[in-house]
Amino acid sequence: MNQSLFVIILNFLVDSLTFGAVFMYGSTGEIITEKGGHLNLGIPGIMCMGGAGGCIALAVLAPVVPPAVLVIAGILTAFLMASVMGVIYSFLTVTLRANQNVTGLALTTFGVGLMKVLMSNKNLMKAEVYLVKPKDYFRWPFSLLQRPLQDAGLSAVQGLGIMFFMAVAIAIVASIVLYRTKIGLNLRAVGENPATADAAGINVTRYRYLSTIIGSGIAGLGGFYYIIDYMVSQEAYLSIEALGWLSIALVIFVLWRPHMTIPGSFLFGVLFSCSPFLAALGMNITMAAKPVFKMLPYVVTVLVLIISSVRNKRENQPPASLGLNYFREER
Amino acid sequence: METERIPSLEMRGITKRFGEVVANRNVNLKVYPGEVLAILGENGCGKTTLMNMASGIYFPDEGQVFVNGREAVIRSPKDAYDLKIGMIHQHFKLVDLFTAAENIDLGIRGSNLKDVNARVREIADKYGFVIDPEKKIYEMSVSEKQTVEIIKVLYRGADILILDEPTAVLTLQEIRKLFSVLRSMVQDGKSVIIITHKLNEVLEVSDRVAIMRKGEHIATVDTCDTNESQLTEMMVGKKVALNIERSEPLDPSPRLEVRHLNARDKEGLPVLKDVSFTVNGGEILGIAGIAGSGQKELLEAIAGLQPLDSGEIIFHNPKKDKPVTYFHKSQRRVRELAKQGAFHYTDGRPVDVKTMTRRQVTAGEVLFNEDEIMNLRDKTPLQIRQLGVRLSFVPEDRLGMGLVGNMGITDNMMLRSYRKGHAGMLNRKKPAELAKQIIQELEVVTPGISTPVRRLSGGNVQKVLVGREISSAPKVLMAAYPVRGLDINSSYTIYNLLNRQKKSGTAVIYVGEDLDVLMELCDRILVMNSGAVTGIADGRTVEKEELGYLMTKTHHAGGEEAEQE
Repeated sequence: MNQSLFVIILNFLVDSLTFGAVFMYGSTGEIITEKGGHLNLGIPGIMCMGGAGGCIALAVLAPVVPPAVLVIAGILTAFLMASVMGVIYSFLTVTLRANQNVTGLALTTFGVGLMKVLMSNKNLMKAEVYLVKPKDYFRWPFSLLQRPLQDAGLSAVQGLGIMFFMAVAIAIVASIVLYRTKIGLNLRAVGENPATADAAGINVTRYRYLSTIIGSGIAGLGGFYYIIDYMVSQEAYLSIEALGWLSIALVIFVLWRPHMTIPGSFLFGVLFSCSPFLAALGMNITMAAKPVFKMLPYVVTVLVLIISSVRNKRENQPPASLGLNYFREER
Repeated sequence: METERIPSLEMRGITKRFGEVVANRNVNLKVYPGEVLAILGENGCGKTTLMNMASGIYFPDEGQVFVNGREAVIRSPKDAYDLKIGMIHQHFKLVDLFTAAENIDLGIRGSNLKDVNARVREIADKYGFVIDPEKKIYEMSVSEKQTVEIIKVLYRGADILILDEPTAVLTLQEIRKLFSVLRSMVQDGKSVIIITHKLNEVLEVSDRVAIMRKGEHIATVDTCDTNESQLTEMMVGKKVALNIERSEPLDPSPRLEVRHLNARDKEGLPVLKDVSFTVNGGEILGIAGIAGSGQKELLEAIAGLQPLDSGEIIFHNPKKDKPVTYFHKSQRRVRELAKQGAFHYTDGRPVDVKTMTRRQVTAGEVLFNEDEIMNLRDKTPLQIRQLGVRLSFVPEDRLGMGLVGNMGITDNMMLRSYRKGHAGMLNRKKPAELAKQIIQELEVVTPGISTPVRRLSGGNVQKVLVGREISSAPKVLMAAYPVRGLDINSSYTIYNLLNRQKKSGTAVIYVGEDLDVLMELCDRILVMNSGAVTGIADGRTVEKEELGYLMTKTHHAGGEEAEQE
C-alpha cells in the first residue's frame, strides 16, 4: 500500500512536470517577446497554430520519411507556423503601429479558429498516422524502457521525452541570453526604453521583430508538444487555448525570468491537475469542484502580482515600455 | 594666430526648417580644440536644434558641417559618435533599470562588461568624476545621471562634447563640480559646447560665446571681452512693434493675492521660492521667464494642482454691491447669509431677514455688502469650483491637460459641465450650443462639432480650449503660452479674446515667451527665474534689456535679491 502510494505521488509529480513543459514553452516565448516591449496576447492562438502546423507536417510526411526525420520536421514546422503568426503581429504593431492588445487578441481568435478548421479535417488527420507512429521517437530515450517502467508502475516517466528536455534547455538558454549577453542587454534596453536604445545605435525595429518572431516560434512548440507528446490524443487541440492564457499568467508569476518557468510551470502543472490526483488518492471531488481546482494557477498569479506590486521592487516590474509602440519622434 | 588653427567642429550656412517654421537660418559656428564655447540664447532661438544637427538627431536642410577641417555628413547619432561628437541631452537617455556600466556600454559591439567597469573608473579618475559603475540608474540623483551621460560620451571616444542646458537641474555645488570637470576635459584638448541661457555661467566657464536669437546667429565674442549687459542686449535684440491693442485697466482692484508660495517637485527640489504678487481685476499680468523657471508650477498651484509647502492664495470674490441671485441659487443659503447680515437693498437700506421676500431676491434688489475673501490653498479644482470661484486655466499642454483629443468639440465642452443635468443623464444640448457658438465666434475651422479635436490644427485646438475657458465668464483667467505654435492671425484672435476678458473685469494671467508680445499686451510683467520672482515691471515703460536681465541673472542660495523696479 505504501509502495503504491509512493508510486501514485511520483507519477503525479512527473506528470505535472511534463504537463508543465507546455507552459514552459509558452511563457519562455512570451517572456522573450515581452522583454522586447511587445505584449503579445496572441500566444494562445500562436500555440494553436504551432500545434496545427506540426501535426499537419506529421500527417503529410509520416508515410514518406523515416520517423527520426519526422520528429525534426514536426518541430521545425510547428516553430515556423507559429513564427508566421509572430511576423503578422510584428508587422501590424511595429510597421503599421496597430494597438498591441487588439492585435494580440485578434491573433488569438484567428489562430484558435484556423486550428480547429485544420485539425477537424478527418481525411488528413488520422490518429494512427500522425499521433501513434512518431510517438516513441518523441518520447526517446525513456520509450526504450517502456516495459520496465510499466512494470514498476511509473508510466508517467515516459513523458520525459526530447521535447520536454528541449523546453528546459530553451528556458535556461533564454535566461542566459537575456541576462548574460550583449544581445540580451540590447533587447532589454529596447523593452525598457526604446528611445534610448535607438539613440545608442540599436536597431529597435529589428530587435522587436526578431524577439516577437522567435518568441512566437518557441510558444508554438508548446502547442505541438501538448498534442503530440503529452496528450497523444485527437481531441487534445481543443484545450490548447486555455493553456495559452495560463502561459501568459505564468510570465507574470515568474516575474519575467525564463529559467524560473521551470519550477513555475511545475507548480502550475501540479495545481492544474491536482483534482484527478486527489480523486485517485480517494478524496471525494465533485464535478462542481473541478473548475475551482483549475482556477488555482490564476489565484497564485494574482497573489504574486499583489505581492510584487506591494514590494514595488523595480527589478520585478514588467518592462517599462511593455505594450507601447515605438516610433522615432519627428518634430 | 587664432585663424590658423583648424576648428574641431565648424558649421557653415546651416538652415533648418520644420514645415513653415525656420528653426535655424544661415548659422555659422566654429569651435576649436581646447576651448569651451557657450551658445547663448532665449527659449526657442534654435540652440538645441542647431546642436541636434551636429549630433545626428536632425539633418540640416542647407549648409555644411566640417569636423577637423573635413566635410562630414551626420545622419544618425552613430555617425556623430564615429566622428567623435557626443551630445548630452537635457532629458537623459538612460535605461533606469540598468547599471551605469550597462548604460555606458549599450549598443557597443564586442565589449566585455568587466572591462567596461575598469574603463569607466579610468575615465572617472582622469577627469575627476565620482561614479559607481555598478549602481543602477533609478537609484541615482540627477547629477549622478548626468555624470553617467558624460562618461557615456567620453567612453565612446568623443572629442567634441555638446551639453544641452547641463546646469538646469543641478545644485550650486554640483555646477561647480561640473565646471571643473569641463575644464579638465578642455585641458586634455577636447572641445566643449555648452548650451545655456544663464549669463553668469557663460562668463564663468566659457572661452567664447556664440549668441543666437530667433534662429539666427548674432555674433561670437571672446568671453573676456564682454559683459552681462552686452550679452543681454544681443540676446534679446531691439524692440519690435506689434500693434497689439492695449486698453487702460478699468477700476483695478485686487482679485488674487499670492503670498510667499513655496513648492517642490517630485525629486524634492524647490520649484517655487517665496513667490508673492497680486493680480487685479481688469488687467493683464504677464509672466516672463526662461522655460522651466516655475511658471507652470505657479499656475498649477493657483489652479489647485500643485501641492504647496507653504504660502497663501487669497481670492477676492467681487460680490460687493452685486445682486445675490448672481451668486446663489439656493434659497436656504440666501436666508443663512441674510441672517448674518450680509446684504443691503439697492437703495442702501440693510436687509432684515424677517421682511426679506423671495421676490426681492429674484428681482435682484438684494445686494451683497462686502467682497468675499477666501483662501484657495490646498483646495482641489473641484472644491475651488464648488466655492463659487470662477477660475479658468488654459494649460500649456492643450491636448494633454486641456482637451481630450479623441472627443469632439461638444464632448470637450462637457468636461466643464458634465455634472449638470438630471438623474445621471447628460445634458448635451447646451454644450452643443456652446460648441456651435465658439466655432462661429472664434472662426474655428472644423468639419463639425463631433470631429475629434486632435484632428484640428494647433490654432483651432487652442481656440476651442480658450473659448471653453472664457465661456464660464471667469473671474481669473490663466493662460500658459496660449499662442505657442499659432500663426499670426490666430495669435491676434487670442490676444483680442484676452483683451475682451480684461475689459469685462477679469484678472488675466498670461504666461508668454515672446518679450515683444508681453510688452505690448500686458499691463504689468512679472519675471520669474529659477522659481523665484526677480521683479515686476510696468508693461508700458519697461525696457527689453531689463526684462532680459531679470530673466537671466542668477542669485544663488542665501540672500535673495528680489528688487522691484
